[in-house]
Amino acid sequence: MDVRADPTRQLVRLRGRSYVAFVFSPVVPIVEWLAEIDATLARSPGYFVGKPIVLDLAAVDLSSSAIAHLVGSLNERSIRVLGIEGVDEDRLAANMPPLLTGGRACVITRNEPAQKPEPEAKPKPTSLLLDSPVRSGQSIVFMEGDVTVLGSVGSGAEIVAGGSIHIYGTLRGRAMAGVNGNSNARIYCQKIEAELLAIDGYYQTAEEIDETLRNRPAQAWLQGDTMKITPLN
Amino acid sequence: MAKVLVVTSGKGGVGKTTSTAALGAALAQGGQNVVVVDFDVGLRNLDLVMGAERRVVFDLINVVQGVAKLPQALIRDKRLENLWLLPASQTRDKDALTDEGVGRVITELRSRFDWILCDSPAGIERGATLAMRYADEAVIVTNPEVSSVRDSDRIIGMLDSKTVKAERGEHVEKHVLITRYDPARAARGEMLNIDDILEILATPLLGIIPESQDVLKASNVGTPVTLNNAESAPARAYVDASRRLMGEEVAMVVPAERRGFMNRLLGRRAA
Repeated sequence: MDVRADPTRQLVRLRGRSYVAFVFSPVVPIVEWLAEIDATLARSPGYFVGKPIVLDLAAVDLSSSAIAHLVGSLNERSIRVLGIEGVDEDRLAANMPPLLTGGRACVITRNEPAQKPEPEAKPKPTSLLLDSPVRSGQSIVFMEGDVTVLGSVGSGAEIVAGGSIHIYGTLRGRAMAGVNGNSNARIYCQKIEAELLAIDGYYQTAEEIDETLRNRPAQAWLQGDTMKITPLN
Repeated sequence: MAKVLVVTSGKGGVGKTTSTAALGAALAQGGQNVVVVDFDVGLRNLDLVMGAERRVVFDLINVVQGVAKLPQALIRDKRLENLWLLPASQTRDKDALTDEGVGRVITELRSRFDWILCDSPAGIERGATLAMRYADEAVIVTNPEVSSVRDSDRIIGMLDSKTVKAERGEHVEKHVLITRYDPARAARGEMLNIDDILEILATPLLGIIPESQDVLKASNVGTPVTLNNAESAPARAYVDASRRLMGEEVAMVVPAERRGFMNRLLGRRAA
């Protein structure tokens, strides 16, 4: 009996991956164009490091040796060319970057190394304080956190908050807290006459709010998926 | 220093035009140079209440568009020589008003008068926003009903955001004028009471005008109620309000029910 182990065949997996390449389009005279590249490098050294670079030679007519010289000159500046486009394949020697076709233009977002250290961006405030009443028809939307109102919220006004809502006055309009999916958000008010209360999408309209709570300080919160409204204090 | 005062409400039929005429006449009686400007283009009424409807030649739109000069359009009141009317057009609509044109007219009026009272149309659209646009002060006319109070709240929000003063970060001085207050209905709890209204609007009170036949009578004869029957309750309330506008301290009178003899006998109906 002969035992024969089948060699397991390794499948070659081909995957696609796309990168955004910088396209250099040299113009004659090449020497001046190279000087321009040098100026860019002087301003921000290492700008091209790690970025795929493609040479587009459509605008110039270079011989095989001129192309080799150009690629060499870029190499001296630590610019490695990934591929070349816009040229006949027979002008490219075997040791040169391959011919590329089918490139699509796209916008490059320049993130140059900061010339001057930028002032550190202030962290966005996570609460909003309103020191006047919110009037009918006004809509206050604050997704970043809590909203505090020093005054009343009129009938027909609405407050939408990513966090909790605190109203030091009468709530006669709508209050929607935790709209980003924050089920821990709560609504507090000094007097409840709300048209609608909502937390994380769960809501109650005025009709469903217990009559005995009316005109009293109250808070609303979520317990599981039911909204609880209880008197404060 | 001229003051531009807008009389506004949001809701229609609450007494803006009546109040503009009455306050304008009361201020003029107090010695001020007053012009009342009708912004209700297309549905003008102020000329009727002022009794000047037969003397209108040019109007606000003509002046805004530069067709007529301001003095050509101003109509002097027949009873008070320091009270003037700038009427609205009845044939055009509110789109004929431009922000820039209204600004020019208001600037010109400021140089001629102490008080410029703008009678706003109802609603919150172009006519109403342009009437309040250049205001220094506002009288918000409110009836003791929930719908009127909510509309007033909306208008106060607009006064705080859409006026030139608000855009400069200043404040339009606001006053609430409660009109058509019926003491008998208030006593029966059929109307919002004064405290509730002021609590909702969070704005100081300028005056309380009682519901009265005198107001209707005055309108029908084309006379501001303050001129028609100066002794009537609404006239006195408007005069008090105008004095408060001029900065005087005047005690607030809440109209009380006057019960007649029969009323006292038969006032309480058994349930």
